[in-house]
Amino acid sequence: MPTSLMAIDWGVIVILLPLSGGIVCVLWPAMSKPAGLITVIGVALAVAGLGWRIMENGAYRHAVGGWGAPLGIDLFADGLSLVMLVMTALVGLGISFYAKRYFSPRDAIRFWPIWLFLLAALNALFLSADIFNLYVTLEIIGLAAVALTALTGRIDALGGAMRYLLATLLGSLAYLLGVALLYHDAGSVDIATLAQRIEPNATVWAALGLMSTGLALKTALFPLSFWLPSAHASAPVPVSALLSALVVKTSFYILLRLWLEIFGAFAEGFSMLLGLLGAAAILWGSLQALRQTRIKLLVAYSTVAQIGYLFLIYPLASANNAMTAGIAAYLAFSHALAKSAMFLAAGNLMRFGGHDRIADLDRAVQRLPLTVAAFALAGVSIMGLPPSSGFVGKWLLLDAAISQGRWDLAAVMIIGGLLAAGYVFKVLGYAFTQAEAPHDAQAVPAGMQWAALLLAIGAILLGFMAPQIFALIHPDLTASADGAGTVWTA
Amino acid sequence: MNGSAWLPLMVVGSALLPGLIIFGLPEEKMRLRTVLNLAGASAKIIFTGWMLWGVYHGYQYEIRVAFLPGLDLILRADSLSLLFIALSSVLWLLTTVYAIGYLEGSPHRSRFFGFFSLCVTSTSGVAMSGNLITFLLFYELLTLVTYPLVVHRGTEAARRAGQIYLAYTIFGGALLLLGTVWLYSITGTLEFSPQGILYSLDKTYYPALIAIFALLIAGLGVKAALVPLHGWLPEAMVAPAPVSALLHAVAVVKAGAFGIVRVVYDIYGIDFAAALGVTTPLAVLAAATILYGSLRALAQDNLKRRLAFSTVSQVSYIILGVAIVGPLATIGGVVHLVHQGLMKITLFFCAGNLAETLGIHKVREMNGVGQRMPWTMAAFTLGAFGMIGVPPVAGFISKWYLGLGALEAGEHWVIPVLIGSSLLNAAYFLPILHRAWFRDPPDSWPVIRDTTRDFGDKETAWALLLPPVITALLALFAGLLASAWFSPLEWVQLIAQRAFYHP
Repeated sequence: MPTSLMAIDWGVIVILLPLSGGIVCVLWPAMSKPAGLITVIGVALAVAGLGWRIMENGAYRHAVGGWGAPLGIDLFADGLSLVMLVMTALVGLGISFYAKRYFSPRDAIRFWPIWLFLLAALNALFLSADIFNLYVTLEIIGLAAVALTALTGRIDALGGAMRYLLATLLGSLAYLLGVALLYHDAGSVDIATLAQRIEPNATVWAALGLMSTGLALKTALFPLSFWLPSAHASAPVPVSALLSALVVKTSFYILLRLWLEIFGAFAEGFSMLLGLLGAAAILWGSLQALRQTRIKLLVAYSTVAQIGYLFLIYPLASANNAMTAGIAAYLAFSHALAKSAMFLAAGNLMRFGGHDRIADLDRAVQRLPLTVAAFALAGVSIMGLPPSSGFVGKWLLLDAAISQGRWDLAAVMIIGGLLAAGYVFKVLGYAFTQAEAPHDAQAVPAGMQWAALLLAIGAILLGFMAPQIFALIHPDLTASADGAGTVWTA
Repeated sequence: MNGSAWLPLMVVGSALLPGLIIFGLPEEKMRLRTVLNLAGASAKIIFTGWMLWGVYHGYQYEIRVAFLPGLDLILRADSLSLLFIALSSVLWLLTTVYAIGYLEGSPHRSRFFGFFSLCVTSTSGVAMSGNLITFLLFYELLTLVTYPLVVHRGTEAARRAGQIYLAYTIFGGALLLLGTVWLYSITGTLEFSPQGILYSLDKTYYPALIAIFALLIAGLGVKAALVPLHGWLPEAMVAPAPVSALLHAVAVVKAGAFGIVRVVYDIYGIDFAAALGVTTPLAVLAAATILYGSLRALAQDNLKRRLAFSTVSQVSYIILGVAIVGPLATIGGVVHLVHQGLMKITLFFCAGNLAETLGIHKVREMNGVGQRMPWTMAAFTLGAFGMIGVPPVAGFISKWYLGLGALEAGEHWVIPVLIGSSLLNAAYFLPILHRAWFRDPPDSWPVIRDTTRDFGDKETAWALLLPPVITALLALFAGLLASAWFSPLEWVQLIAQRAFYHP
């Protein structure tokens, strides 16, 4: 039995399964809900299978159609990719079960196929080993995400989606130009090959600038975050959760890969700039979140701030690539769980009260305890208070900052945490009190409440799994430029 | 047979499990909830007794889990943690009984008791933390789980008090986190050890170590209500009486004071801290807090607020004892951890009884209340005498050792502080006692808002009366039998021996 399981090429399944699921949903719309759920569960199992093989055998490489790089397309997964895939699978599961109850039948037949295509593209992106393939998957993700944002067809959603579309296309275009420049300079799009050939020169610097800017725009790094709050706040709740938790992580992941394997060696000044923007994002995003009077916008601005933490990785990166990758992956995973839980909880509060005004939460704590618990637990992680994954991530960053004497960044992290506590408890405080005009509670399906709560509990439990995550992103399991580390092919 | 590693975990679990189950219970399952609460509290007392026996006979109880690269979570029972655990176990049981009586018929009790248990869980964790990161984890958890208790009533005033409480404690937590990470980046370890972990460090680190000390003390000082970080404590008085009682006697302020004890003795090491020159400023700060709290208490007419400022003052006795370098002062400070807990919880229980039974919230409404509620006021009187330091109540023992310790260490300025504070204590407690016992009761007691409970001729409910009477007697016996082998004082002498005896 184990040998037959070993022979299965899980990496391919992880991409093809959601793709076929999406096609089924298009062809038989009536089947879309069960087909979608089965697909998402299947993908989660396949990711587990892939993870098992990677842990047994080391990093995974698959030459699609038998053509290896540089001619053909390679699928590649190391510990870092695996953590991202697991993150996508788990968060995707939670959001899917939420979406099952959330959408009206009319919206559901649009949601499921697009979401499954998005899932296929997400998985393909995390399994890509060359920068052009990354571009293709990134573009599919962007288009699917815009379509999901506009799903309801409401006027504010269309406005948000339009801005989002322009931003995401501009970002991909800049990235594509960078890819072309690198290909021109080094004659390859394979990351491992590029890492060996690239020397800093004018072309490479131009490529670096274009790719970083494009990816920063897509990741909504301050001040390129102008499009995010309106898009994330106007989209349907499960979509907001997908966008904040997973979609912004894809462009961040590409930038991280490029940095770890190609640019990190010589682009130190640029790392400083990214770090500064990250710090600005933390302060600006948190202050904006604190000013909001509506929950969804508050959560969206909180995403802007949390993305800032991800970019503090760059100036604090150490010579130890595995450690840097580990911290980055851990932060991304932690944020994905907490932020998706927060959006889903916000959605429940909206359904419960018919609005999302913070000051009128009207005793939600008694009338919707599971949802408020989800929001609170997710909030604990977002604030970086123990025991939670957010705390562990913050500890690692703070430790790196203080060891390197970066007191400015340490101060920003501390202040960011205080501001986050401010906006999280602003919501929670009003959940205890009675509103001036009390209203009747609308029923919220238990499934939707539990989906939010389980994701939030995940964010807390991840806080106790740091050693396991770091063991996955071990040097042996990480792609390295010189081909060291075990790589097995299927 | 020593029960090994699992015992510390069971102590934490004995509060955690009932708490988690209670969250899921429907409101009307009162009996099951009561059984769970009392079973958890009793189990904790049994496990604590087991560990007390073991530690006395030299056994080690420790469990570690990998948490971060190079850092473990450690739960460990040493003599100091057991002092705190024993206090919290006994007072948890009594407060649970009290809270059941106090909240009878009021809404949201499942939520209340759930968070109440989590609060005890975090206190146990704080007590048994074997290193600073474990301590930090439980310390912050305590902030989070006490918040719903502070805002429990769900009024606008409660919400505001909750925001103030958080503003202080989260800020303190951030300072503590910064200090902890900084310390870790210098030492590479955070484990508590009897002589501290810093004495071997190079002199060039000393300025940084002083700054870290300031950060850690400021972070812990928020919960310990050191002036000027005490502002949250009187505000948090909107919470229900059992919460105030537990917050003041065991959980929040004690977690801060206990943390300061740990930092001074087991991170810095008392000799190293003295050499670094950080203990004297700490002692001065504690002395200032003692006097300031007492002065403010004088002016309060609201009974709970007067008690709150009294807490500000009394908790700093612990810190004062820690900051005076010498075994006798250590004994006085650390034993006050227990003594203050017993006395202060008695006073808060009594204040709750007055409010719940007769609607009395203000000192000037207390005329002649001793005739109507003799048992309650007898307990209150014992607690107040203890606070003033009248022998043979427990508070006298603390002050006696503090005074002796100050003389031993040559810190003569402490004596006037102790005398002045005792006079102030007398000045704000004796008028209350005079009113209660020697003035005539009014024709009718204040109206009781939003309660329909009528006790008829009875003093009050049994569940409300027993806990303060028991804690008052405990406070009396802790002083009267201070040299018996089972007294807190004896146990603290064991601790002081460990801190000052260098093999």
